[in-house]
Amino acid sequence: MQHKVTRFAGSTFTHVILAGYSILALFPIVLIAINAFKDRASIFDSPLSLPNAESWSLIGFEKAMKNAHFFSFFGNSMIVTVTSLFFILLFGAMAAWALSEYRFRGNRWLMAFFAFGIMVPIRLGTVSILKIMVSLELVNTLTALILVYIAQGLPLAIMILSEFMQQIPKELKEAARCDGVGEFKIFFQVILPLIRPAVATVAVFTMVPIWNDLWFPLILAPGEETQTITLGVQQFIGQYATDWNAVLASLSLAVLPVLVLYMFFSRQLIRGITAGAVK
Amino acid sequence: MKKPFPWHILVFLTPAFLIYAVFSAFPLLDTLRLGFYTTSETGSQHFAWLANYRMLLFDPNWSEGFWNAMGNNVKFFLVHMLIQNPLGLLLAALLSMRGVRGAKAYQTLLFLPTLLSVVIIGFIWQLILSPLWGVAETLLGYVGLAEHFQPWLGQEETALYTLSLMSVWQFVGIPMMLIYAALIAIPDEIIEAAVVEGASAWRIFWTIRVPLILPTLGLVTILTFVGNFNAFDLIYSVKGALAGPSYSTDILGTYFYRAFFGYQSQLGSATLGAAVATLMFLVILAGVGVYFFFVQRKLQRFSF
Amino acid sequence: MKHIRLTQGALAAALLTAGTAQAGTLTIESWRVDDKALWEEVLIPAFQKKHPGIQIKFSPTAPTEYDSALQARLTGGTAGDLITCRPFDKSLDLYKKSFLEKLDGKGGMQNFPASAKVAWQSDDGKDTFCMPMASVIHGFFYNKKIFKELGLQPPKTVAEFHKAADAVKKAGKTPIALGTADQWEASQIVFTGIGPNYWKGEEGRKAIVAGSAKFTDAPYVAAWTEMSKWAPYLAKGYSAQTYGDTQNLFASGRAAMVPAGSWDIGYYNQQGVDFGAFPPPVQKAGDKCYISDHTDLGIGVNPKSKNKGDAYKFLEWVGSQEFADLYTNKVTGFFSLSNHLIAVKDPVAKSMIDWRKTCGSTIRLNAQILNRGEPNMETELWTVNSAVLNGKMTPKAAAERIQAGLSKWYKPAK
Repeated sequence: MQHKVTRFAGSTFTHVILAGYSILALFPIVLIAINAFKDRASIFDSPLSLPNAESWSLIGFEKAMKNAHFFSFFGNSMIVTVTSLFFILLFGAMAAWALSEYRFRGNRWLMAFFAFGIMVPIRLGTVSILKIMVSLELVNTLTALILVYIAQGLPLAIMILSEFMQQIPKELKEAARCDGVGEFKIFFQVILPLIRPAVATVAVFTMVPIWNDLWFPLILAPGEETQTITLGVQQFIGQYATDWNAVLASLSLAVLPVLVLYMFFSRQLIRGITAGAVK
Repeated sequence: MKKPFPWHILVFLTPAFLIYAVFSAFPLLDTLRLGFYTTSETGSQHFAWLANYRMLLFDPNWSEGFWNAMGNNVKFFLVHMLIQNPLGLLLAALLSMRGVRGAKAYQTLLFLPTLLSVVIIGFIWQLILSPLWGVAETLLGYVGLAEHFQPWLGQEETALYTLSLMSVWQFVGIPMMLIYAALIAIPDEIIEAAVVEGASAWRIFWTIRVPLILPTLGLVTILTFVGNFNAFDLIYSVKGALAGPSYSTDILGTYFYRAFFGYQSQLGSATLGAAVATLMFLVILAGVGVYFFFVQRKLQRFSF
Repeated sequence: MKHIRLTQGALAAALLTAGTAQAGTLTIESWRVDDKALWEEVLIPAFQKKHPGIQIKFSPTAPTEYDSALQARLTGGTAGDLITCRPFDKSLDLYKKSFLEKLDGKGGMQNFPASAKVAWQSDDGKDTFCMPMASVIHGFFYNKKIFKELGLQPPKTVAEFHKAADAVKKAGKTPIALGTADQWEASQIVFTGIGPNYWKGEEGRKAIVAGSAKFTDAPYVAAWTEMSKWAPYLAKGYSAQTYGDTQNLFASGRAAMVPAGSWDIGYYNQQGVDFGAFPPPVQKAGDKCYISDHTDLGIGVNPKSKNKGDAYKFLEWVGSQEFADLYTNKVTGFFSLSNHLIAVKDPVAKSMIDWRKTCGSTIRLNAQILNRGEPNMETELWTVNSAVLNGKMTPKAAAERIQAGLSKWYKPAK
């Protein structure tokens, strides 16, 4: 009986905290959403009120859509983010596996070499990167962005994934090796499925900086055909007057694709839990 | 007992190594090298050994700004360590409890802020905290605290902490996700055994689950450290590269930006900027070094 | 190895959708995001009527990123053909690094007075590297409706200005829309806007440059003293008020006056405010007035341009009567710097440009030469001027800090 009471109290407590913080996390976002549908004067006059007949306005969305390239901006962001993400996860997991599983000469040095990349802001290498891209004739291509983002994302992915790989019980790998399974097969068929929650976690927060990055699109691919959505939105941020309607509208639209990606990966995370029963 | 050449290691490492070496490590090292040069008016660069560093650390024009930025950065980091990470741990612990209804929905909601562009985050928080349009004041009014409202983003004493909390709000999803992933990876049998023995949930959490995820907590700490000492976007988008009022929100990232790219009529210098970046690198390296050589070793002994 | 090449090949093949700009297209680098539609819909078509076949792309970068992005693109060799120039040292620096062509004697340059070219010349005046495009004038806007309701007239003297502000405050509105969150307004609009009346415009500016006057001298301190009296007139919590907030405050009719620049005319017109402009008030009735008439935009040619011939054709057109007319009247509040006679149509813009007839014109106090050393005067002024408005620094302390900073590196000031 007492057990039940504690449990009930416990779960109420849990929900109070989770719901409480969710409101805090959500409130500004709701505010963004409701103000994206209002005219400029009402955004500032009464930011808290819902759009009504008087303040309702789709001008922000209209302005965003008016740009013929707006949807191709989305496409570009999508291609860049998904492709970079795929290669970061694949190459990152492979390298993390090699570094955490095999003892070989230079292992520690390689670890340090990769760790270097999370300690120095990659912006710093901008001019060198631009020069490399110019000589490879990759300026104004999405490939240039993808290559830089892969390079930028790898160190963190390797660091986190190798941390998780170390936690995989030895017996699993040894059992497979005793059965004569090859190293590649062990990696792709045993290890990758096991660390799926970790891969999903890394994916989720590698994709956000890529999606939201302004700097490299500005330098490497500012052409109209290769602009990403974040760069595209910049056209509404003026020297003296910023078109907040258009910014709010286009940026709240821009959240949707990442949100979909996030849902996809967080499902992997949940699946990982059920797969955890294997252990 | 000579082993065959481990081709598989090479195959696993090569793709990551090549892309990273060409498009990140080489450009970064090339730029760090510039820290030993100075730029003349015509843009040519000359080797100057430690001249930039002497200027940054001993010329008051630069050193005051540098130490100010460093101090602010430490405060920025402490706020994340004291609020963001414990909060992330709490949320992850609650989410990973068995039978919490709507855990998945909560998880998505809590992660939403992390997905947003910093432009929109800066805008919305400025709107909320603005003394003119009254969102925060109205909300505080509902709980009878309206008289405590202040223009937090505009005051030297409060601006940095306000920005730190905005950053916590934005990024708390990351430690939460990492810790969550670690918590759900704990084999059920361990927990069940403890439950059978009659241990309370609270006890299980502190004596079994937390020790098991210590490596992840270490990882979160080091990622927070590296992330905070490289932070830039939020402060830049809310306060500009000048990080006012009176540089009270200036951190190493904004200080670096001004040195490297210049600001307004202040000219940027790639060589001086590279020196600032090298200093930042050394600071971060020191932190990471401490982590790897002391903390992580202990942690590994602690976990199984 | 093979693995990599294969992946990369596939990657490139799948993604190489876009080519670089086609040959024969001129690209204009600019920070004027605000004018994009205008360039595309008015200016470029007007040019193409005269020069069919030359393709032009106006490719603006957000103003805060402009300098750094341009610098990177110039260094990497991917910058556009025509480059919008910031005034004074920023562009001089580009010229010294051979990122801008020398323009003396090029077609169109003859249409500009020497005073307009100063902002884009080497210190000895021998080389000019950008064609002057436009200046902005600083002053105050007032809400006509509020002024009428309270029976106020646009103030001419400082005393009248304070009287008007007091009256507005009594009526429960914000007298002056101004914040210090973004810092630049405090310096570029307020200090160098109202200041020339105290230091007599060019006379006081040149005296500082020559080292014959110090910032701690009475005229300069007086400008800061006036600023330090504004706090009661500003909106609650103005230390967190951004420039965007300021615009909204004035546009929504909650504030009666706003220290502003001519660039905002277009914005407030669009917001439907009924407003007028008055120049910075003078100290005593009958004093000569001075205005900050700041050379703000120029345009230059990238030496690495592949279409230099076309670029010069375009430049010549920028120096023409047609461009001056279009630019002044379409980009309301940016005034052409050329010798051509232009009829300004917008009433507020016209009243501001007419100040040139009665007031002495000057540029921002620190724009020329004084920004070169360390500590940088422009960033120092932003910090100090916001602190004075915030009541965190006395006028005297402000003057001392700026003077001390200057005399650290500037010989004439020692």
